[in-house]
Amino acid sequence: MSAPLLSVRHLRKAYGALKVTDDVGLDVAAGELHAIIGPNGAGKTTLIHQLSGSLPSDSGEVRLAGEDITGRSMVERVRRGLARSFQITSVLDGFSVLENAALAVQARAGSSFRFVRPAAREDALNEAAMAALARVGLADRAGRRAGSLSHGEKRQLEIAVALATDARLLLLDEPLAGTGPEESAILVGLMRDLKTTHTIVLIEHDMEAVFALADRMSVLVYGRVIASGDPAAVRADPEVRAAYLGEEEAA
Amino acid sequence: MTALVARAAAEPPRRRIGLSGTAVAAGLILGAFALVPVAAQALGLPFLVVTATRMMIFGLAALSLDLVLGYGALVSFGHAAFIGIGAYAVGILDAHGVHDLGLQALAAVAACALFALVTGAISLRTRGVYFIMITLAFGQMAYFFMVSLSAYGGDDGLPLSRRSTLAGLPLLEGDLPLFYGVLAVLALSCLALHRVVGSRFGRVLRGTRDNAVRMRAIGFAPFPYRLTAYVAAGALAGLAGVLLANQAEFASPAYMSWQRSGELIVMVVLGGMGTLVGPIAGAAALIAVEEGLAHYSEHWRLGLGLLLVLVVLLTRGGLAGLAARLTGARP
Amino acid sequence: MLNLFLIQALNGVQLGILLFLVAAGLTLIFGVMDLINLAHGALYMIGAYLAATLTALTGSFFLGLALALPATLLFGIVLEVLVVRHLYERDHLDQVLATFGLILILNEGVRIVWGSGPLSVPVPEILSGSVLLVGTLHYPLYRIAIIAAGLATALGLHLLVNHTRLGMRLRAGATHGAMVAALGVDIRRLFMVVFGLGAMLAGFAGAMVAPILSVDPGMGDSVLILTFVVIVIGGVGSVRGAFVAGLLVGLADQLGRTFGPILLRSVLDASAASQTGRTLAPMLIYILMAAVLFFRPSGLFPMRGGR
Repeated sequence: MSAPLLSVRHLRKAYGALKVTDDVGLDVAAGELHAIIGPNGAGKTTLIHQLSGSLPSDSGEVRLAGEDITGRSMVERVRRGLARSFQITSVLDGFSVLENAALAVQARAGSSFRFVRPAAREDALNEAAMAALARVGLADRAGRRAGSLSHGEKRQLEIAVALATDARLLLLDEPLAGTGPEESAILVGLMRDLKTTHTIVLIEHDMEAVFALADRMSVLVYGRVIASGDPAAVRADPEVRAAYLGEEEAA
Repeated sequence: MTALVARAAAEPPRRRIGLSGTAVAAGLILGAFALVPVAAQALGLPFLVVTATRMMIFGLAALSLDLVLGYGALVSFGHAAFIGIGAYAVGILDAHGVHDLGLQALAAVAACALFALVTGAISLRTRGVYFIMITLAFGQMAYFFMVSLSAYGGDDGLPLSRRSTLAGLPLLEGDLPLFYGVLAVLALSCLALHRVVGSRFGRVLRGTRDNAVRMRAIGFAPFPYRLTAYVAAGALAGLAGVLLANQAEFASPAYMSWQRSGELIVMVVLGGMGTLVGPIAGAAALIAVEEGLAHYSEHWRLGLGLLLVLVVLLTRGGLAGLAARLTGARP
Repeated sequence: MLNLFLIQALNGVQLGILLFLVAAGLTLIFGVMDLINLAHGALYMIGAYLAATLTALTGSFFLGLALALPATLLFGIVLEVLVVRHLYERDHLDQVLATFGLILILNEGVRIVWGSGPLSVPVPEILSGSVLLVGTLHYPLYRIAIIAAGLATALGLHLLVNHTRLGMRLRAGATHGAMVAALGVDIRRLFMVVFGLGAMLAGFAGAMVAPILSVDPGMGDSVLILTFVVIVIGGVGSVRGAFVAGLLVGLADQLGRTFGPILLRSVLDASAASQTGRTLAPMLIYILMAAVLFFRPSGLFPMRGGR
């Protein structure tokens, strides 16, 4: 097996005496969808902040394709191919759907210290943005104001924006949060399609979706990874059943 | 794929309507200004030309503030300092026998850009109430510097020996040539900022205004863009200062008082933030109120204060919300 | 030379104490309510005017001062109820505009009521003259009284903030306001009390300086900016920070004005030194602020992240 695309070792984060991330280790191989599950308050969101670079870690190491990115900012991580989506939708409501994606393209396509030429008429940006929108099924919404999209469509746009950064690794933070069954089905289909081209770390509460999509998964409880492996093994793990599913079976 | 792009391009994005709306509004307001000399002549009110010149000069300053306030959501409370620095660049060079407009403008822009770079680099490390207080304090620092700079008039200000010259010729003598000169600078600046706002840079700046975290998550660190906007706005306000010194034939510390900075914010917000044309209209309105009401009552500021408080209290979402509803722009 | 230094240092302490009195209320208002209040300097002015008028009416400075305090408290509360209360939920820009409007109203209102000319308040008989401190150093008794009254107030505030129920709520409100509200503390009343208290402190400072400065309509504006510098240096929401930063700013300003030119004389010739010194001295506190911010973006005593 080749070196993992994302490798996390001994990652820690504490607020005072509260250990939110406690010696977390994780390997995500290129091409796999690795789900991180855990009960509320397990520290999943903190972990994704640490992985994406919006929250500094106390100690430990995060490597992307072998390179140590632990001390890198969010911006530098995005440039290296690690993009995230947000649990709470945060598309730019005042911008068009196309512009939301085009901005992400713009971030990696040359300098943005250009002051004269209208950005909206740069074909290269628009084409790449359209490709990302088409991938998530929003091509026909390109001209709409992002704020006017439905909740599910905004979740799709979140993913399109992450795609448009040309990421190798997508960190998807609860992409199904707040969606109805139909929207959820669209998004699950979308993630299944993304698996063919991208490595994905998925944080999600919807267990049905997680077990349908994940190649491997890690279970986070009180900041610790208590189990890691393929879904069948994790499902059978007695510690997981005890801690996560609330079953009181003795190991 | 290309078919999709073609379709998206064919489907007119809404903002293009907005942009042409801006063009129409700009044409209307600049056209109205251009007609002032004719009207002044016809009405036998020659002072209207001078008033309109002042309106356009403060319109230029408000326009520059709109770049940081309206497009960057940065409540900069020290913007008048740049007007003063620009004016003193003219005054000080004039005192040393340099009358050329080009050199004076160059010095003004360079001094303002430098001041903006240094103070902006410190202020932009902070947000919220800190940013407001710090920009205010830096503006006040510039003010006190000029007040205590007795070699160049200090508190009393610095009279110009003459208006700036172009290629050695006194082209700005006379109110009418100055009027048209200011109109030209305002129109060009408006056009330039219109381009900037729609450019790659402008798009990033607008993005950081709406959601800085989102911008970081796609790979843009807001700081350099904010700082660039701050410096550009400062330099442009410096140009307004150059024109103001010429109009008044005087450079005064009063140009950079913090009340002036507050009035510039009022101009931008009352006129409409993030619209470019709105702040020019706001400046014209405020100068009209100032010069109009000042004739009737020395206590006109009381009226302005009441107006501000009432508008903020009585409109939902405050002035920004009112402006948005009036212009139909984003909520 | 030593005497000059001591006198300027005492002047610095006196200025610092006054700045602290104005800043203490304002920093709590920023910290607890996340409200930017530009009109706080106007309350200082109102305090001075009320003290001047009440002193003239009663014929006693102390009676005037004693009446001016509850009067500014009342004024602050009226202002809070009429205007400021409606601004807590607004964004900073709205707060800036409305309180800027308040300054225009109050400054102009003062001009209408009291006229544009400066008022003067005589130093009370019992505190006039100066006392011998050490060696040959004489210092005006009234200024010593200001320092003493300010220090007493600072001590009182310290006790209030750190050892009372109200203070506990204040400190909690400054760090996590939403939580305090969720715990059922009547946040509206807390805010009103803080605002009224802040107004009274600013009014107290204004009343105290009335006998040594001229009372005029613009007096609040210059103090406001200095107060901002104090708050930024001290850290928004921190009363202790306001105290330390107030003294720092007062000392830097007073000593800088006198000794800046003297120090510069060692590197420049006399006239250049005095010119440069006089130009740079007023900028000193802003340079101090910039330096503090550069190393500590949220001030010396940060209460929460200096976003």
